[in-house]
Amino acid sequence: MNTQASASAASNTSTPAPIKAKGSGQNSPSPVRMLLEDWSLIIIFIVLFAILSVSVEYFFSIQNLVGLALSVSQIGMVACTMMFCLACRDFDLSVGSIVAFAGLLCASVISSTGSITLGIGVSLIAGAFIGAVNGLIIAKLRINALITTLATMEIVRGLGFIVSGGQAIGISNEAFFALGNTMLLGIPVPVVFTILCFVIFGVALNKTTYGRNILAIGGNPDAARLAGVNVTRSRILVFLFQGLVCALAGVILASRITSGQPNAAMGFELNVMSACVLGGVSLAGGRATISGVIVGVLIMGTVENAMNLQNIDAFYQYVVRGMILLSAVTIDQLKNRNSGH
Amino acid sequence: MTSLLAFESIGKTFPGVRALSDVSFTVTAGRVHGLLGENGAGKSTLLKILGGEYFPEEGRILIDGQERAFRSSADSIDSGIAIIHQELQYVPELSVSENILLGRLPNRFGFVRHRAAREWVKQQLERLGVDLDPDARLRHLSIGQRQMVEICKAILRNARIIALDEPTSSLSHSEVDTLFRLVKDLRAQGKGMIYISHRLDEIFELCDDCSILRDGCKVAEFNGMQGVTKDDLVSRMVGREIRDIWGYRPREIGKTRLEVKGLQGKGLTEPASFKVGAGEIVGFFGLVGSGRSELMRLIYGAERRSAGELLIDDSPLRSHDIPASIRAGIALCPEDRKEEGIISCRSVAENINISCRRHYRRLGLFTNDRKEALNARQYIDRLQIRTPSSRQEIRLLSGGNQQKAVLARWLAEQNMRVLIIDEPTRGIDVGAKNEIYTVLYELAERGMAIVMVSSELPEVMGVADRILVMRQGRIVGELPRAEASEAKILELALPVDSRIEAA
Repeated sequence: MNTQASASAASNTSTPAPIKAKGSGQNSPSPVRMLLEDWSLIIIFIVLFAILSVSVEYFFSIQNLVGLALSVSQIGMVACTMMFCLACRDFDLSVGSIVAFAGLLCASVISSTGSITLGIGVSLIAGAFIGAVNGLIIAKLRINALITTLATMEIVRGLGFIVSGGQAIGISNEAFFALGNTMLLGIPVPVVFTILCFVIFGVALNKTTYGRNILAIGGNPDAARLAGVNVTRSRILVFLFQGLVCALAGVILASRITSGQPNAAMGFELNVMSACVLGGVSLAGGRATISGVIVGVLIMGTVENAMNLQNIDAFYQYVVRGMILLSAVTIDQLKNRNSGH
Repeated sequence: MTSLLAFESIGKTFPGVRALSDVSFTVTAGRVHGLLGENGAGKSTLLKILGGEYFPEEGRILIDGQERAFRSSADSIDSGIAIIHQELQYVPELSVSENILLGRLPNRFGFVRHRAAREWVKQQLERLGVDLDPDARLRHLSIGQRQMVEICKAILRNARIIALDEPTSSLSHSEVDTLFRLVKDLRAQGKGMIYISHRLDEIFELCDDCSILRDGCKVAEFNGMQGVTKDDLVSRMVGREIRDIWGYRPREIGKTRLEVKGLQGKGLTEPASFKVGAGEIVGFFGLVGSGRSELMRLIYGAERRSAGELLIDDSPLRSHDIPASIRAGIALCPEDRKEEGIISCRSVAENINISCRRHYRRLGLFTNDRKEALNARQYIDRLQIRTPSSRQEIRLLSGGNQQKAVLARWLAEQNMRVLIIDEPTRGIDVGAKNEIYTVLYELAERGMAIVMVSSELPEVMGVADRILVMRQGRIVGELPRAEASEAKILELALPVDSRIEAA
């Protein structure tokens, strides 16, 4: 009797087990449901957009939609690199400070030298440098990313105040304003830059070994290292690109508002991370899609735009934004729980 | 005879694995029921079901003849069940008395009555004959003492059914004696006990009844241990097909592929030197902590080596980081598959291609998706990795198929010359084990040098051409396949002082 039991056990476990498990209820959602889950965000956005177009006056107009795009252009750019950062199981709080600092640096270099190229160049290099420092501390010295970037957030914000003496630095060189305020084929230049970022970082995530390695590191850093991925270098690069793109966003912002502001982009880091998380980027690392991030950014921008059109008090807007984020994360969590852990 | 606890036809399936099927047995008041089985046989799954952590898809649990469904661990505790897991669950910063009374500390208006708590615990410990200071923080106690605390906690909760999962694995001799005395006392008090252990002597000393699990099925039950021999138990634990599952294939062994000369580093107490020929499978055996995995990580470049040399086909390997090792043709399938092998949230294809994709890169940057897809499909077919699609997340596969995917990762590196595989079949079911051995033989036949680390003695003896034994951070002996016997290997592997103690 024993032998019989064991024989059937052995055959049970060798061949048909995985197929059997696949068919057994809770672990395998139906194809329709999987499709819905994969596209759920985009569907939510389309529905939201349609409702707002019908119900909110002036929402569905070229002018408003261009304004909407412009309003999310900085968040959109930085969300691309933040996506890499979160996908790599890292974290960056210093982005807002870098945006403000780069704008100030650019404004002050332009007003003292008169050279736009020099101003932009110095800002971009400074941004990349700050990012690289973040990366080196986090990846090489193995200091927690949250703590490291909390510190650099404070330091860089402080440097911004020091550079500016706490005052806005005005720019008088008109040619520089073109960067933030001209249209290219009916699209504002900042939005063009944002679209370029989406394309470049989308391709980088999906089509380059760098992007794949980042996802692997985020999924399991130890396994990625043992599989031959250069984890330290990849993580440093993540922060370096983040700093660079933040500086670019800062320069464009300075051009749009024709000055560098030491208080600019306060709370920006949280908006960027909200957009990423809303777009399905996992804080646990290893999962991220560029389409999700784009939709996350658009949902944030659309809701804010609609609330502005409805003249909803800014105080309430905070509450709404927080609630959207909370519900998005909850839905994501429930989705993951359904698909087994 | 009153049955306190009964499992009836319990079945549980995880993605890709049938963990338990049709398991039934009963625990009687005043008796100790031994539960035996190899790693992965389903013992801990069964305990987790009893503890309310997992919910079985089939079957039911009866307590005092009443059906109970445990939806949470609180349900299980309320039913009078206490489980002492192998990994202890205690709060290191709290004292013995606080740990024992955790969740039900005596209080007045929310303020803990520390003195009352301590006095009560002190009395109870004296009554049980356990020598523990109620004020000591758990952090300062030995592992054995911490385990005592856990056991006392269970007893003092008035649990009627107590399950112990390998309780003696980290206890000293005197602590084992105390534990046995406690278990016998509890039995005399009419508690029902489940006792899991790999040490058969303990089973014979403590248990009144005994069930054996294999691959998730109950293969034998003994009511009363009179006349039962060790061989009876072992043969049923391991199964009759034991001799066949290795499927050993002898082969020609070529000239030296890997030579390790005087390697030193963390975890080694003596420079390590050995050679592996082309087509040879060298097995490393040693107890946990003998330095075998550390040695492998040093060879692979995952840890810094402080001295020594590696030669691959007689040419020395200069740099010692992982990418350099991979370029030189060394691969490592790590010991802990889940933590260090697979990237669980990524697809099977992604896990296979992670290393080799650098060969197909375009412009030094872009992945070649078509080539990668082809690659994945090819290795999924060749190693018979059972997955609905190459894009399935790898965490949903069974352990054996995950291991094959990790192997495929290295097979896809065309010029692999040395494969280090640490615990090739831990937590893998028998059928898949055999398939993995077959892959190892095929690789060896193609001239690869294979270093296989295992803590399963039969596996080392069944698969390796030559066996190296490690003890306390050094290589202490070498046995060709023909001369290897369980006794000889253990003689080398067991620490010298414990042999004296045992004698």
